[in-house]
Amino acid sequence: MYRPQPREASAIGCRCAYARYNRSSQTRSNRPMNASSTIDWFPLWLSLRVASLATVFVLTAGTFLAYVLSHKTFRGKNLLDALITLPLVLPPTVLGYYLLVLAGRVSPLGRLYEAVFGQPLVFTWQAAVVAACLHSAPIYIKAARAVLEAVDYRYEWAAHSLGASEWRTFWRVTLPLALRGLSSLATLSFARSLGDFGVTIMVAGNIPGRTQTLSVAIFDAVESGNGRLARVLVLVISAVALALLWSANLVTRAPRGSAA
Amino acid sequence: MNRIEARLVKRLPAAQDSPAFELNVHLEAQPGITALFGPSGSGKTLTLNCIAGFMRPDKGRILVDDQIYFDAAAGVHVPPQQRRCGYIFQDHALFPHMTVRDNLRFAASVAGSKGRGLNQHRRLNELLETFELSDLAGRKPEQLSGGQKQRAALARILVTEPRILLLDEPTRGLDARLRESFYAVLRKTRDRLQVPILLVTHDLEECFELADSVCVMERGAFLQCGLRDSVFHKPASLEIARWLGIYNVAPAEIEALDPGRNTSRLRMLGYEIDGPYLPGHLLGDRGYFCVRQSEVTVSAPDNGKSHNQLVLNVVDRNPCPRGIHIAFEHDFAAVVSEAEYQPLRGHERLKLHIPARAVYFIAK
Repeated sequence: MYRPQPREASAIGCRCAYARYNRSSQTRSNRPMNASSTIDWFPLWLSLRVASLATVFVLTAGTFLAYVLSHKTFRGKNLLDALITLPLVLPPTVLGYYLLVLAGRVSPLGRLYEAVFGQPLVFTWQAAVVAACLHSAPIYIKAARAVLEAVDYRYEWAAHSLGASEWRTFWRVTLPLALRGLSSLATLSFARSLGDFGVTIMVAGNIPGRTQTLSVAIFDAVESGNGRLARVLVLVISAVALALLWSANLVTRAPRGSAA
Repeated sequence: MNRIEARLVKRLPAAQDSPAFELNVHLEAQPGITALFGPSGSGKTLTLNCIAGFMRPDKGRILVDDQIYFDAAAGVHVPPQQRRCGYIFQDHALFPHMTVRDNLRFAASVAGSKGRGLNQHRRLNELLETFELSDLAGRKPEQLSGGQKQRAALARILVTEPRILLLDEPTRGLDARLRESFYAVLRKTRDRLQVPILLVTHDLEECFELADSVCVMERGAFLQCGLRDSVFHKPASLEIARWLGIYNVAPAEIEALDPGRNTSRLRMLGYEIDGPYLPGHLLGDRGYFCVRQSEVTVSAPDNGKSHNQLVLNVVDRNPCPRGIHIAFEHDFAAVVSEAEYQPLRGHERLKLHIPARAVYFIAK
């Protein structure tokens, strides 16, 4: 089967053709959803996997960045904050473009990735993880910063004055006190990772069975006139999102009668 | 023997809800309790925070027992983790997610000084017992009363064997009984530790009860520092005397000075008041007559007129914990017991007796 290799054209230029090609050839011929009543659940599982991985990355790196932003003063802090917020306001296509340029197969970063993992990043499901991270990280970091700032500094000062290092204070005092807020943010972050569309389709493409996430599959189903599939997937993702938000609220709300 | 010597200059720029502020103090503290005494916003807590290392002064130097904690000129700033300052915060700052024992264990594990395992366990138990916390060791801070929290905070600090103790209004929000018991605990701690203890307070009674030395602070500067009695019995300025709120103050002029008999005479509000000799002052010097309210005795007026007595109109009388507080014209005041008050009841004018030894003069 012919697969246009990004290296052949420019890494970016062939995207549309690529997506359309896959959709017309694979979706319709290999996976006959119109005809049968079976629904391909692959996009749901892929989305869950992508979102879980993205949440793990965002939680680790994002919490670190949020801590740095909330507890440190340094030159360029405002710039860093602006850079972190940027993905929130830029169009997904722009973000996708940046990612393709930065992590494409001809870029140094892309080559490094390929050398380490033995396969390119772009147009794989791993690229969808990167896209989901970009989608959820800015909101997580901003909110986590607020949560960490809300931890009473006197507890941290008390730990310092008792001789506890900053690292130990973070693990034993700051993090436990912020845990409730951060875990509800983690849920939100997971829900948001589920929903990325623009960047995902730019960098991971729309390869059914390989990179087609739930939101992309819905777009695909609507465009190809598969109304039933679209409806099912829309209901599924709505239910999942609702369940997540509901549980996030349960986590945030203090148990009755607690003094906190 | 530990001692603190600190010269601190710290400027805070004007913020939305506060004007610009400058702290500029030179503090020396020996083992024992030194009270930083002043109104809110005078820079007491800021001073503590600079010494503990939470804030970096703009200029100055902090020495504790010849170890440099901070030196602006040399660029030294020892982080708070290495200063071994025991700091008690206003609300105690016990970690709310840990039990009392875990709070102590946290301190013990980072201090790491007195061994591990059984040794540590024994030491924690000792401290819990000393501070009457053994039965409460498994409780979270939110399940403790104010006094218990305070004892727990003090116990947690003592685990680390601090070189100095810093207490930021530790008895705020406690009732009189709990205060007394905390004072007792703190005195015991002072005798046991033999380290400098800085106590931030704006409570005059607390100063009297606890402090060995007092630094009176206002607007970021020390107005007067010294042993407690020298500060309270000999305020250096009219401002301090007024501010302490325990003095009757009136403008006066020196009328006579007799070094031979160790006496002086002041003219004040048209009365002549005898007092002790005033070294360093000259005849005709103008200034202020001061006498502590607690030194003044009050009686019903009679026709006799003699030295060191003045008759003043009563403005107000109010019950207070120690009896009746009588306010006179010229902002004079006196406190009499209920028994002393009975014969004075109903008089519009009363006679005030001022003992000569208690007369104090502040030059203009």
